[in-house]
Amino acid sequence: MSARRAAVLLALPCLLVLAVLFLAPQALMFEASLGRRSAYGGIIHAWSLGSYRRALEPIYLAILARSVVLALATTLLCLVLAYPVAYWLGRQAPVRARSALLVLVILPFWTSFLVRMYAWIFMLRTEGLVNNLLARVGIGPLNLLYNDGAVLLGQVYGELPFMILPLYASLEKLDRSLLEAAADLGAGPARALWRVTLPLSRAGIVAGSLLVFIPSLGAYLAPDLLGGARTMYMGNLIQAQFAVVRDAPFGAALSFLLSLVVLLLLVLFRRPLRESRGA
Amino acid sequence: MAGEVVFQGLRKAFGDVLAVRDVSLDVRAGEFLTLLGPSGCGKTTLLRMIAGFESPDAGQVLISGRDVTALPAYERPVNTVFQHYALFPHRTVGGNVAFGLEMQRRGKGEIAERVEKALEMVRLGGLGGRRVSQLSGGQQQRVALARAVVLEPEVLLLDEPMAALDLKLRQEMRVEVKNLQERLGITFVFVTHDQDEALVMSDRIAVMNHGRLEQVDAPETLYDRPRTRFVADFLAVRNLLPATVSSVSSGRAALRTRGGAALEAADDGGYREGAAVWIGVRPERMRLGDQADNNASELNSLSGTLEDEIYLGDRTDWRVQLGEETVTVAEPAASAQPRRRGDAVTVSFPPEAVLRLEDTEPEDR
Repeated sequence: MSARRAAVLLALPCLLVLAVLFLAPQALMFEASLGRRSAYGGIIHAWSLGSYRRALEPIYLAILARSVVLALATTLLCLVLAYPVAYWLGRQAPVRARSALLVLVILPFWTSFLVRMYAWIFMLRTEGLVNNLLARVGIGPLNLLYNDGAVLLGQVYGELPFMILPLYASLEKLDRSLLEAAADLGAGPARALWRVTLPLSRAGIVAGSLLVFIPSLGAYLAPDLLGGARTMYMGNLIQAQFAVVRDAPFGAALSFLLSLVVLLLLVLFRRPLRESRGA
Repeated sequence: MAGEVVFQGLRKAFGDVLAVRDVSLDVRAGEFLTLLGPSGCGKTTLLRMIAGFESPDAGQVLISGRDVTALPAYERPVNTVFQHYALFPHRTVGGNVAFGLEMQRRGKGEIAERVEKALEMVRLGGLGGRRVSQLSGGQQQRVALARAVVLEPEVLLLDEPMAALDLKLRQEMRVEVKNLQERLGITFVFVTHDQDEALVMSDRIAVMNHGRLEQVDAPETLYDRPRTRFVADFLAVRNLLPATVSSVSSGRAALRTRGGAALEAADDGGYREGAAVWIGVRPERMRLGDQADNNASELNSLSGTLEDEIYLGDRTDWRVQLGEETVTVAEPAASAQPRRRGDAVTVSFPPEAVLRLEDTEPEDR
């Protein structure tokens, strides 16, 4: 069997799953997005771009922009917070302790995200843990919950492991002698980080950023629970179309547009991803 | 003096293992000094202490008369050629060579000019735009050399730079690196476990064992007169025998081997009557003869049996059983006689071929 045929055969199960669980629903959704809403919330099949025209109205574009800002902020904060952690885990922590420390990073996944969001509510609310502690030193109570800050906090908290893991993978395999070579050639710690460590961990940075940015774009739980649904993000907007407004074609159009944004991003980042793999 | 490196009582331990034990040595300015020894002898640790990658537990490193013991690697006037080159994979060949100059904040024009000159020096002119991964091992090694010498360091450190090359390329690079050192006139400190490499390239060789310096000498001196059993063994003396001194008189020492054979050695002033010594004789200084021959002309003539033949093309190494000892005798192809395993032979060698060796193997191994 040729290597090419073997590769196709090995990829086949995964391709089938993707076809059934991703491509088919996308096609169905696209078809629905072209329909019209019936009086009782059903879908009247049609070939209309009405939902898309509506989705591009300024009010909805503003919500899309807010989601993009949230996703960007989440990604940047995660990157800044995760890099030192991943650096320490991958380069300085005792080798024997590393697997145990990595388990700690993914430990939060043992509890449902929903439950963890409620835990944050208990900590941040007016009589919550944080405000009680602040009261002891005579501050507050502060409004920590139901604002954009709380939403960002919840997102960063939830996505942080997805940034740490790929960064860890690329920093851990960085050859120590390259950093020694940088020092040998006159680079102090800051310049060695900027000129050698960062460029050589680009694969991890790009992978982690995509893993955090994409789900953050459609974030739903954190805005809903920690934001108190006061400000609308794409995730909540789409959810509302299906569950509240019962305008499935419009929800489908919004979903499809969001998928397009993600696809566009993947195409944009294709080059750096491929290049850093080659390095 | 610029380019001089001085170690004063350097010591370094990793956990319970003493990697370098109280090493003191002066590397002269402009000298090609080789640190030679088996893996784990501490030679690389010593080199890394000059570079600034390891800090000694005790002692000082002086470069060009300045104490650099507390200086970080990036402030030392030395550059290193790493064992596996450590070229930056995210930079081109030219980008690698330019790195150090960029760190010195040199102008764009100056950088381009010096990079091209350095690449031409290692015969890679015009390849500055290539990716590092497109180069062969030998070419990568040259890039590593160019990247280090472009900064005009006072001392160049080389950590087994040829270990990853095949034999033919290695032999070419020996000459090339030696020529480069002579042209640049800067101090080279070179680490290797390959005695041939050390003999070809060095002005002086420092042989290390168990973190200590065994002997520091010019290649010829080291080869002709290894001082210790370890150095003799490492420089392929091969025939090492324990013996006792029976008597010493008029420039000759009479010795008796463990097997009871009587030998004579030229006295270098170190033999003491009744003392136990180690002696060594190079295989090429021994001659094989038929037992029927009368080798009265040679003072040392021992009878034995041929055991094994190792054919090496230009010579044949014979393993000869002499009572309790087995020795190796090298017979040049030009003067080879037809011989067979089991033949009775004599092994003879002049008293001058007998080397007196100190036994410095530490007790605490």
